[in-house]
Amino acid sequence: MNFLPKASTFATQADKLFLQIFVLSLVFLVFITALMIYFVIKYSKKRHPKAEQIEGHTLLEITWTVVPLLLFVAIFYYGWTSYDYARRAPRDAMVVKVTGRQWTWSFKYPNGKQTDKLYAVLDRPMKLDVNSVDILHGFYIPAFRLKADAVPGRTNTIWFQPTRLGTYDIQCTVICGVNHSSMLSHVEVVREKEFKAWYFGPEGAPEPTAVAALAPPEHAGEPEALALMRPRGCLGCHSIDGKPMVGPTFRGLYGKQEEVVTKTGLARVTMDDERLRLAILEPSREVVRGYPEQMPVVPIGDDELNRVVAYIKELK
Amino acid sequence: MSTQQHTTAEPNYLEYDGKHNGLLGWLLSTDHKRVAILYLVSMVTFFFAGVSAGFVMRLVQLTPFHKMITAQTYNALFTFHGVVMIFLFVIPGLNAVFGNFVLPIILGAKDVQFPRLNLASWYFFIGGALIAVIALFTGNGPPDTGWSFYAPFSLKTGTNVTLGVFAAFILGFSSMLTGINFVTTIHRLRAPGMTFFKMPLFPWAVYATSWMQILATPVLAVTLLLVILERLFGIGIFDPAKGGDPVLYQHMFWIYSHPAVYIMILPAMGAISEILPTFAQRTIFGYKAIAFSSIAIAGFGSLVWAHHMFTSGMSDFGNMIFSLLTMVVAVPSAIKVFNWVATLYKGSINFQPPLLYALSFIFLFCIGGMTGVWQGALALDIHLHDTYFIVGHFHYVMFGGTGFAFFAALVYWFPKMFGRMYSNTAMYVAWFPMFIGFNMLYFTMLILGMQGMPRRYYAHLPQYHLAHVVATVGSWIMISGLLIFFGSLLHAVFRGKKAGSNPWHAVTLEWSVPSPPPVENFDEVPTVTHEPYHFAKEAGS
Repeated sequence: MNFLPKASTFATQADKLFLQIFVLSLVFLVFITALMIYFVIKYSKKRHPKAEQIEGHTLLEITWTVVPLLLFVAIFYYGWTSYDYARRAPRDAMVVKVTGRQWTWSFKYPNGKQTDKLYAVLDRPMKLDVNSVDILHGFYIPAFRLKADAVPGRTNTIWFQPTRLGTYDIQCTVICGVNHSSMLSHVEVVREKEFKAWYFGPEGAPEPTAVAALAPPEHAGEPEALALMRPRGCLGCHSIDGKPMVGPTFRGLYGKQEEVVTKTGLARVTMDDERLRLAILEPSREVVRGYPEQMPVVPIGDDELNRVVAYIKELK
Repeated sequence: MSTQQHTTAEPNYLEYDGKHNGLLGWLLSTDHKRVAILYLVSMVTFFFAGVSAGFVMRLVQLTPFHKMITAQTYNALFTFHGVVMIFLFVIPGLNAVFGNFVLPIILGAKDVQFPRLNLASWYFFIGGALIAVIALFTGNGPPDTGWSFYAPFSLKTGTNVTLGVFAAFILGFSSMLTGINFVTTIHRLRAPGMTFFKMPLFPWAVYATSWMQILATPVLAVTLLLVILERLFGIGIFDPAKGGDPVLYQHMFWIYSHPAVYIMILPAMGAISEILPTFAQRTIFGYKAIAFSSIAIAGFGSLVWAHHMFTSGMSDFGNMIFSLLTMVVAVPSAIKVFNWVATLYKGSINFQPPLLYALSFIFLFCIGGMTGVWQGALALDIHLHDTYFIVGHFHYVMFGGTGFAFFAALVYWFPKMFGRMYSNTAMYVAWFPMFIGFNMLYFTMLILGMQGMPRRYYAHLPQYHLAHVVATVGSWIMISGLLIFFGSLLHAVFRGKKAGSNPWHAVTLEWSVPSPPPVENFDEVPTVTHEPYHFAKEAGS
């Protein structure tokens, strides 16, 4: 059953600990529940009309204080040692810089290559320096049982060593606004040869597995501007079919008269090229009235910006 | 016998006409019993508002993506659900309702120490709640940060966080003032002869809780005030862009909000410690251990806040210490569970609805407590943190624990509060869907979390879909149980059979006065000579 893949050395450790604590808890739960039910039946008013007034039993009470304490401290100890393992990266680990922003992840490798999907090598340690440029995010790879908060102004470190080839989910775990649940990516565990070919290859060398496979099939053949907007999360708030969502729709936006809220008050503007560019580059300067001031600044190249504006212009 | 003594005495608190009558007679009454009913009515109303939000959230998860509401609305819903359930239901919780109603009578007092302050606390509560409602409908939309208001998102979001946070700030005053009132009441107004160790265990729990309310709530007040100041004036305490530290916010938030978890659960444990001896007709097993464990929980519980932050980037040494302390705080809870189970041993068990709900509490609380220990183990928390596992875990503690204890306490003290009896059958019928639906809903969440489903997600990946459907169906079953439960209690308030002063043959002082109690509780302040659960003599009579 594919409950949750186990794909790193730490995952193996964590699952073992999990199983032990689970069995221990189950034994206690069953014991306590069975005892309650047994007592309720055995000492029901009918069977046992006169209660015995037992105030306590010192030895028993000491036992059930000390035994749980020892068990809990043991759980602490094994929890700590496994955690310590996840914190101490081997020296030969490749260091990748992970940056979270509303609502994407980006990965920067030591030689400067940058991707929106993480590539890791089978059986080789990789250390992640996790950071954020705007607000808190949580970087989480369930298959590796690993997580680190992405905190602006701070670098949090985790490391892993993949034990299985394959593609595994990356999810954001700290609420970060409207597209929190689409702040997803993947980690792809590949063979060393494949990784090296890409890593040391020229700019534009094919990524370890076909990039086309990344784009979900239902989006194949869509306009290029949409492919630019989709990973940046634009379409989470702006529709292209005329329906207002968190933000105004793109359809018919160009040339429209809009009332906008600025720092100094209300203003009436026409949505032309300049206004659209401004709305993307500095979203909080002018916010269309009736919509929340919520749009993050999303990095976008000049050429890409032109293409997005041109697309919106055409969307009548 | 006590019923006859009082037949000619003054009217009971429900019928009494003072300076004001009608609705004003309730809204301006400083009688602790009327204040308790005010809390009960308002809190149950808020509870159902929270349940409705939860119901819609579960509906949204029925489909993996195409949704009936937007992501923004979903984020607002879980924030609303969290704020309402936490600040307006479980934090006031059993303390506000049963602390107010039962505490003075169980101590042999005529009211709390500061009756007017007590009523003022309720007004702070309602005032805070009103501001929270206003925050929903004004400004740039309802807050969307989750109830924890984590910075810097809470500083940057355009939604109405400032007012929402201010509401929580006001609610804090209600909590602190109630704490001050109850601590003073317990110190000053115990009946002659009732030493601390002759005091029943519910007051012990209220005592520990009240101290935490007094000591921890101001930290929340300061934190929330700083958020407001930072939003309005950009003072740069928490925003890294201005040189602030977002992890500092988390520390300050949890320094209050972790003890708050014990503020929610301790009075629940106190109520269970009253119910079990009554229905086993025997003294509690290990009275002092239970009393001291309440104090130990309050003490250690104040030192474990950073276990909410193991992935935040705190130092490894810090993580180690907080993990160890988390394990230590589990011990007094375990002790209580063992003592409760042992209290059934060789009792003479009268199986009634309050006992059923109390035993359900023990079972659900055990799951809640144990899953808490799992997360306390550092290596597991790295996986489980911020997933549905956390959501499942704290619903087991807050709802399975505090919620079911609230229901147990409500059906236990109901005949005392209203002088009427509900239908036992209805209580059993309500229990089945509630208990089964509860486990379907929240145990499934534990599994989802182990599978890696993050919390506060509007849309989910396809591998989580089946479990989401199971959980949603569970929520329907559970809610139908809740409706039967509260529906039949509401019916019983007006139409129930008259209840005697002591239908359960209990021995604590609140059962020695008529049901419902007269305005002044006691004609004559009783003198206490026995320890609290002295069944030996009553057993034969």
